[in-house]
Amino acid sequence: MATSISTHRQLPAELREIQLRTEDYARSYGLDFYETIFEVLDLEELCMFAAYGGFPTRYPHWRFGAEYDELVKTHMYGLQRIYEMVINNDPCYAYLLNTNMMIDQKLVIAHVYGHCDFFKNNAFFSHTNRKMLNQMANHAARISRYIDRIGYEQVEQFIDACLSLEDLIDPHSVQIKRAPDISAMPHAALLRDEDFEYLATEGRFPSKGYMDQFINPPEVLEREAKERKDREVERVKKRSFPEQPQRDVLQFLLQHAPLRDWQHDVLSIIRDEAYYFAPQGQTKIMNEGWASYWHTFLMTRHGMNDSEVIDYADHHSGTVAMTPQRLNPYKVGIELFRNIEERWNNGQFGPEYDNCTDMKEKALWKKDVGLGRQKIFEVRRIHNDITFIDEFLTPEFCAQHKFFSFAYNPSADQYEIASREFDQIKQQLLTSLTNHGRPFIYVVDGNYRNRGELYLQHQYQGVELKQGHTQDTLVNLQKLWARPVHIETVVDDKPTVISYDGHSHQTRIASQS
Amino acid sequence: MTRPIDLDTQRFKEIVRGKVRDGLKKYITQGEILGRQGREVVSIPIPNLDIPRFRHGSKGSGGVGQGEGEAGQPVGQGGDQEGGLAQPGDQEGQHIREAELTLDELADMLGSELELPLITPKGDSTLKTKKLRYNSIRQTGPKSLRHFKRTYKRALRRLIATGGYDPLTPVVIPTHEDERFRSSSEVVLPHANAAVIYMMDVSGSMTDDQKQIVRTESFWIDTWLRSQYDGLQRRYIVHDAVAHEVDEDTFYRTRESGGTRISSAYTMAQKIIERDFPPADWNIYCFQFSDGDNWGEDNTLCMQKLQNDLIPVCNLFCYGQVESPYGTGDYLRELKKIVSRFENLILSEIKNREGIYESIKTFLGKGK
Repeated sequence: MATSISTHRQLPAELREIQLRTEDYARSYGLDFYETIFEVLDLEELCMFAAYGGFPTRYPHWRFGAEYDELVKTHMYGLQRIYEMVINNDPCYAYLLNTNMMIDQKLVIAHVYGHCDFFKNNAFFSHTNRKMLNQMANHAARISRYIDRIGYEQVEQFIDACLSLEDLIDPHSVQIKRAPDISAMPHAALLRDEDFEYLATEGRFPSKGYMDQFINPPEVLEREAKERKDREVERVKKRSFPEQPQRDVLQFLLQHAPLRDWQHDVLSIIRDEAYYFAPQGQTKIMNEGWASYWHTFLMTRHGMNDSEVIDYADHHSGTVAMTPQRLNPYKVGIELFRNIEERWNNGQFGPEYDNCTDMKEKALWKKDVGLGRQKIFEVRRIHNDITFIDEFLTPEFCAQHKFFSFAYNPSADQYEIASREFDQIKQQLLTSLTNHGRPFIYVVDGNYRNRGELYLQHQYQGVELKQGHTQDTLVNLQKLWARPVHIETVVDDKPTVISYDGHSHQTRIASQS
Repeated sequence: MTRPIDLDTQRFKEIVRGKVRDGLKKYITQGEILGRQGREVVSIPIPNLDIPRFRHGSKGSGGVGQGEGEAGQPVGQGGDQEGGLAQPGDQEGQHIREAELTLDELADMLGSELELPLITPKGDSTLKTKKLRYNSIRQTGPKSLRHFKRTYKRALRRLIATGGYDPLTPVVIPTHEDERFRSSSEVVLPHANAAVIYMMDVSGSMTDDQKQIVRTESFWIDTWLRSQYDGLQRRYIVHDAVAHEVDEDTFYRTRESGGTRISSAYTMAQKIIERDFPPADWNIYCFQFSDGDNWGEDNTLCMQKLQNDLIPVCNLFCYGQVESPYGTGDYLRELKKIVSRFENLILSEIKNREGIYESIKTFLGKGK
């Protein structure tokens, strides 16, 4: 598939000059990125690219149109502005809005180099496809072929169903292998009896020969082997799979759901793209913080002329403005990076500092170790939002930035400030960031009740599922699985199973097992 | 050139319109005046336009925010609203899936749904209206019009001139004298005129249910006509044995009782037309709603007024009769005798809520 970029416009000379200058400065401070190609787009083009997740070519689907419609409208009503967009690709592509003031363009270009450095160096992006631009175009071509063959409505409806399940992936599986590679597995493979046999020989402790009958008494071994065998026979009889609860529901469906070839391919496309976008969700605070850190640094030292200072200050403060109801990832990110840099410059870390109980001494702690810059580069390489917050959020930081945790109060049907205690804020923040604040869903049984029904489990952590959404998602899941589907969750503090059999929903209290 | 996004957007709109269209009858008949926000925008909740996913509800949920406030202070609404309180780090997907439509767009939809032809305005289009344009700068004005950059430039200039500027702590705080504001001037625009007069029978025989039907139908008619004219003027009359001119709010709320004398409403309408809307300059629409249970002897006077005074000056005179559990519904029969003589007299019977839809079609379908 040939690379096709729809615009291919030369950057105007004035911007080109700014770009080259900014790039040189960025490299001189140690930023490291793939080649970055800038283009200037008008509002509609920018919104179009944004709707497509940054990519010029995506498969046809109405949700991109919905996104586009909303972006254009909110932009025209002045509710929000997109100034810029970058795609994680080699080369990186970045888009500027043609109506931006020159100072905005400078700011944005500096900001973009922060992102590009982050994409290339942060560990969580290391498994992403750096030729995603081509890959997306390839996906689009494949889906267009199916549309030609099968018909628009049918493919669209199937994509709707797949998107419903889009985030049921295991974003850590690219780093941590939990399951054999999908490509090595035959499609719809069931576990066979012999898979269990090797288990029967296990259970011996290593021992020297003369000690063996004491360490591995034959009668115990025999008894254990029989018990295992019985358990396995029982299990095989039930033909219950997977072995372990499986978080990558999409993979499970690809392996076991009765899909036609084209459906199998469409679902695998949706899954590929979900994995590509996952790291951006895992590192939102860091990525925006890092880019904001660098645009501020580069702009205030090298970027501006006198007449631009006011507009720069105005626009920058707009970017990092706080609102009571929501953490601004730009603000939290940039401040936390600066905080880390300052602490590591002043030696405010390590056992000596941590164990110091004199608050006055701690506040004035200043050892000129100058490790700040080095430290933040390390942080941007190895952390994601969760570990970033877990490791570097301090009580002082929370107090300085007036953080609070809020919670839902059902009697008033509103969210209320719950606490300003550091531990609670941090706990709440980590909870919100875990799995992007989405529920954890696992496949626990693909042959439920020995009837080939699909049984999912929601790992309940105190927050209930949204009812209407859950039921409708089950409807879509059933379209793929073609047999009744179930999810075990908690409703009104009781373990509950919600089912959909293709015709109607049932809700029942889960049997305690 | 057609861009791929146009096809996606078109597809999205078809789906939205489809959903709204399916629901439209329901919205009309249930009389939901669809969460009207401000004057211009209505929002129509679209079930399931967002792709359903396994998601957390409000119950047991929370988050982290920044700012002032004590424990217990509210920071946002619950109610499982989409997009209300998205979790940090979570960008995609969470939008308010209510179609925000302007009244114009809604009217368009109503138009195509009801297959209404566009109403051609008659009358004088040379009348002028005045409009404000922001095109200059002044030293006084409201905060909302403050010109940020000019204000800060003045402040910076003042600080430097007075030696108060310290580059190491570059704090610039504008004073009152530094402030500059955008300012407007009047622009004159041409303008076409239309007026609508709504008349509602609120006598004892009209039940609350029937009044609600009238109000719902009036709202939809209003929406449609407002989309056809800039600066549509509306007047409201309620009557039992006596007619009163009321404001919009009262029209949509009032409860009355007593006998019925429809001619009183006609007299009032005529007075309003003479006072506010000289027929030479105005397109005039009258909508009258009643259960048709008029005071017997009044009918003669009504027919007289209608034929001599009202119908001749109106683009359209519409009478909607809401079926009543009491009374005779005689009035419609009287009107039927004369209806063939006037092209711009339209009658409709509204049996129940479901009848509203047909009634609007009857009233506006002719495009007068």
